[in-house]
Amino acid sequence: MTQFFTAVLTSLSSGAIYALMSIALVLVWRSTRVVNFAQAGQAVLTTYIGYEVIQRTGSYWIALVAAIIGGAIIGAFIDRFFMRPIFKRVTSGPIVLIAPVVATLGLLGIIEAVIGVVWGLNNQSIEPPVSNAGFNVNGTVIAFSLFNAFVLGTVAIAMILLTLLFQKTNIGLALRASAYSPEISKLSGIRVDAVRTLGWAISGAAGGLAGMLYVPSTYLFPNAMDVLLVFGFIAAVIGGLESMVGAVVGAMVLGCAINFVATYISTALVFPTAFVVLILVLLVRPSGLFAGKKGRSA
Amino acid sequence: MLKHSKSKHSKKIHSSIDSPRKRLFLFILGGWLLLILSNQVGEFSLYQGAFVATYAVGIASIILLTGYSGQLSLGHGALMAVGAYAGALTINSLQWHPVVALIMATLVAGLFGLLLGGAVARFSGPYLAGTTLALAIALPSLANQFPILGGEQGLAFDVGASPARFGDDFSPYKWFFWIATLAALIIIWFVANIAASRFGRTFRAMRDNPIAAQLCGVNVARQKVTAFAISSGVAGLSGGLLVMLITGVSPSVFPLSLSLLLLSGAVVTGLYNLKGVILGGLVLVAIPEIAESLVTRIGGSENVANSLPGFLVSALLILAVMFTPNGPEHIFKRKH
Amino acid sequence: MNGLIVNNLTIDHGAIRAINNLSFIAPRGKLTAIIGSNGAGKTTLLRSLSGLKDVKNGSASWNGKSILNTRPENLARSGIMHVSDGKSVITELSVKDNLALAGLWRKDKKDVAAATVEVIELFPILGERIKQNAGSLSGGERQMLAIGRALIARPKLLLLDEPSLGLAPLVVEQIFQTIKSLTTKMDLTVVLVEQNAMGALKIADIGVVLNLGTVVAVDHAQTLLNDPAVRAAYLGI
Repeated sequence: MTQFFTAVLTSLSSGAIYALMSIALVLVWRSTRVVNFAQAGQAVLTTYIGYEVIQRTGSYWIALVAAIIGGAIIGAFIDRFFMRPIFKRVTSGPIVLIAPVVATLGLLGIIEAVIGVVWGLNNQSIEPPVSNAGFNVNGTVIAFSLFNAFVLGTVAIAMILLTLLFQKTNIGLALRASAYSPEISKLSGIRVDAVRTLGWAISGAAGGLAGMLYVPSTYLFPNAMDVLLVFGFIAAVIGGLESMVGAVVGAMVLGCAINFVATYISTALVFPTAFVVLILVLLVRPSGLFAGKKGRSA
Repeated sequence: MLKHSKSKHSKKIHSSIDSPRKRLFLFILGGWLLLILSNQVGEFSLYQGAFVATYAVGIASIILLTGYSGQLSLGHGALMAVGAYAGALTINSLQWHPVVALIMATLVAGLFGLLLGGAVARFSGPYLAGTTLALAIALPSLANQFPILGGEQGLAFDVGASPARFGDDFSPYKWFFWIATLAALIIIWFVANIAASRFGRTFRAMRDNPIAAQLCGVNVARQKVTAFAISSGVAGLSGGLLVMLITGVSPSVFPLSLSLLLLSGAVVTGLYNLKGVILGGLVLVAIPEIAESLVTRIGGSENVANSLPGFLVSALLILAVMFTPNGPEHIFKRKH
Repeated sequence: MNGLIVNNLTIDHGAIRAINNLSFIAPRGKLTAIIGSNGAGKTTLLRSLSGLKDVKNGSASWNGKSILNTRPENLARSGIMHVSDGKSVITELSVKDNLALAGLWRKDKKDVAAATVEVIELFPILGERIKQNAGSLSGGERQMLAIGRALIARPKLLLLDEPSLGLAPLVVEQIFQTIKSLTTKMDLTVVLVEQNAMGALKIADIGVVLNLGTVVAVDHAQTLLNDPAVRAAYLGI
């Protein structure tokens, strides 16, 4: 029984991190129609920024803020000075469909290579701000720690803030409108390009937060976020790519599947499980759980 | 604009593969040139040449899928793994001839692709990309679970010595080179034929305008599955060749980066340009060499040495997308 | 000179010439109807005037300022609103949010609120459906929403692309009457592109007849309505 509850709790806490990554991907997909593979690079870069801040100040909290802000700046920069020129350049021929995706893959490689040059390939670690030792329940130590609870709480707060931003503010309305119909938004006087850059910034910030929550439970190295990116992407696809609610639900479904298989069967089956869950969802709903009409046609 | 470039494009494809007879002639000529070449160059070059051919086959499999039928796969490394394990089992358990093992690698991977494609080929763009990406990380780790596949250690893949009639001075590297380049030539010939066939035309129609293709009576779903299956088979062959060269197969041979490396090779080649696959393979083999010589020349640190190849591949990928989105040969064409 | 002046405009769609050496004037404060059959280049014309399509040859100005090859959002902010073809509403957003789009960037929030009230007075049905998703509206209601949204920005020049498309005759009549009332009540110049030539000419001040991307007739709308050649070719009478 304890094992079951532990599995539920760890599912939620790892699902929460997948959800951040998944939302980061969905935000960019909705506004730009690009699966941003560079997100793994952006997130790991911001986590290295956080790591440097910790080395200098000793404070996880300052590092967390630095990583989030850094993530936003990097995201905006990539959209403005990398993606926009590519969209301008590549306008014809069948390559249009895959050029942006391929470009983000290339960017991922470049970021990770630069990180490798600056920080090396060795594992670094970031100490968790609160205890990462499992709680003691009636004498048994379970796999759920105060840090896991912190992750869960932080992600919940981030989700609430994002929801408020998107649903209750003018900026949120501009973001939604530009994603649904760039043309109508432009004709209504909205600066869609700037709004899209803002979307990339928010996405980058979410990635930065994900990195700072993910790395304390593992290690920091140039490819540290690749697996997280894959899980985030799978979660986004399960959720239908269009909707942030879908991204969170997809992440939780994936988190549960992975953690239950790891708890009850074998940790070696984590990746095959992710694949099977994805296939099963897509076989029933080829455009994911929460896809709108657009998701089906695009 | 769009229409214009597409028509120019198909013209190019047709001119490169004029007639079956010409294709066969080029194929034989290419084989003969390579045969001569294999007697002229050193052992290490032969070994590298075999890698070029292997990558060329892998790139051809991506071009077949992405270039000719418009589906983006990020998981061809997994399909290569299927072929590689099938080949290794054929040699180790059935004791069959290595050439048969490579054929088995192709067939088994093709069958796997047929089954998988039946499930996933109808997914559109990002959904297919997501599924194949998941496959790329899932499949190699699954191999650990089956004792018959040898776990982390994997299996040996030994094609044995060259046939005695080639003589004593016929080195193993030359034998690798012959097998790999012959396979590459056959695959290029095969894919060129497909591209020129009714099949190829339907693939292109489907890629450029799936709805119009459907209205013209093309069974889009079946065509996509077919493309996926053929591409898987070719990828399986490339996997078989790869593990032949490194004489063993294990899960670590097929990391996610292999899938992405192949995609990079295909983009650098020009996704729609079959003639470039050799060039693409050459680039993939040359980059680590270039990186290494750069590092020794300018004396970079260990970090630089480790990161430079990845940097070069990625930079080339971005440059290719930005400046030669439809293949390197456009640069030359424009000058005329 | 005041108003919209289009001079020698030429636009190609790939190999096809969509607009060929087209010139006309839409005087300020008037309703100009541009009529012509399907494929006459009407939509292309409007898309170039609102910045959605770049133009290489020709010129167009609004009150003396050139407007070609300008970003659509900047044109919108300077008072040129384009209601694009059919029902240009964002179906995933509520009616309220759709209306709000054209006021998001305006500094004068009081006037945005006032404009919203006016639009709802003009189209009471939008008030009733204010919380609903725009996707649940009928075709006529969507058209009203699209025009209403444009009015929130207090435009000076309104470019309307086929507002009657796919609507029932009664609804078309209602929408046309509202469009006419806009030019008389406000200082608003309207360019109305229509296949429904009869309905458009009835409410318009000036008529411009397009065929194959070029102007074949310009006159007072009333005169065109009575012109036997135009009647035969475009009004089906």
